Amino acid sequence: MSVEVRIPTILRTFTRGEKAVHGDGATLQEVLDDIDTRNPGLKERIVESAALRRFVNVYVNDEDVRFTGGLNAPTSDGDVVVVLPAVAGG
Amino acid sequence: MVRYASLGESVGHTPLVGLPRLSPTDSVRLWAKLEDYNPTGSIKDRAVIHMIKVAEADGTLRPGATILEPTSGNTGISLAMAAKLGGYRLICVMPENTSAERKQILAVWGAEIVASPAAGGSNEAIRIAKQLAAEHPDWVMLYQYGNPANTEAHYLTTGPEILEDLPEVTHVVAGLGTTGTLMGVGRFFAEKKPDVKIIAAEPRYGELVYGLRNLEEGFVPELYDASLVTSRFSVGSRDAVRRVRELLECEGIFAGLSSGAIVHAALAQAAKAVAAGESADIVLIIADGGWKYLSTGAYSGDLDDSEDFLDTQVWA
Repeated sequence: MSVEVRIPTILRTFTRGEKAVHGDGATLQEVLDDIDTRNPGLKERIVESAALRRFVNVYVNDEDVRFTGGLNAPTSDGDVVVVLPAVAGG
Repeated sequence: MVRYASLGESVGHTPLVGLPRLSPTDSVRLWAKLEDYNPTGSIKDRAVIHMIKVAEADGTLRPGATILEPTSGNTGISLAMAAKLGGYRLICVMPENTSAERKQILAVWGAEIVASPAAGGSNEAIRIAKQLAAEHPDWVMLYQYGNPANTEAHYLTTGPEILEDLPEVTHVVAGLGTTGTLMGVGRFFAEKKPDVKIIAAEPRYGELVYGLRNLEEGFVPELYDASLVTSRFSVGSRDAVRRVRELLECEGIFAGLSSGAIVHAALAQAAKAVAAGESADIVLIIADGGWKYLSTGAYSGDLDDSEDFLDTQVWA
């Protein structure tokens, strides 16, 4: 019973090098709170002043959470959360 | 009217073709806008020709000028064509992990290439271009990521063409790179038909491309306004390759890899409409053809191998 959270290379110092960690919660906020208890400091690199940091993108099942409720975006068992730094194309 | 005074004026007015075999039902239909019909084979011709026109008109760009631009490929190729038409010198800053064809085509058109490191992808190309621009104040950087003429090109052409060809349009799905296409089309529909959903398909690269030293080095194009987008999807190389092959197999369209990501997001919207019992006319933008990506091996062979290779590349 958990949500998989995929961690970008630059944040793996907070997860002892793990590419993915698991957490529980009905919203992204709850999942991040939960994984932060076992990976202290990780949440603060993703969230600032109760919002996602400007250069961090978070996706639940490939959909950008900024369009599905932000930190209140719903999560459920088996969902995959991907955390990525913002990069350009073009 | 298909007669034009010069190549630059022939940009746009691309075909919108139905995708009968990929459309899930008779009332949920997919349509592809074929941007590979533009003079250099990509949607970037729209933005580039308009950015040049505006820069020439306001005096930023003068005869004999040197143009500098960070690009992962298509914008550079369009600029190379436009530089020939206008008599400019062109220097492109491009990540070293882009397809061989992009470098070859730029060279054919006479552009000079400054390679930026693979790690960091386009973010690094932008950083290096900004540094070069500061060192050479006489060079002109049109800067596709922050130039309002990029957005305006799509507001003035891509959006109106879609509405004219398909007044019943319900969704537009396009790639997210500079965000120019989505911002221009989004602003057009916000004014003309605000119930149209604007869907962004963003390529998700391999870890190397996200190899930033810290999160503060991330990059969001200055043009981006999230209020113009309905939803945004991240599509990995495996789904993009799978869909680009499906598009070729089912509809005979040979598209570039970023278009695979767009097809993937469009099919998800189509499935959602079917599940909700709604009808839909979904336009997806085919940004370019597949020719420039043949060397990546993405169109044949083992899907795992394609995925492994593309995860080291700036593939869109």
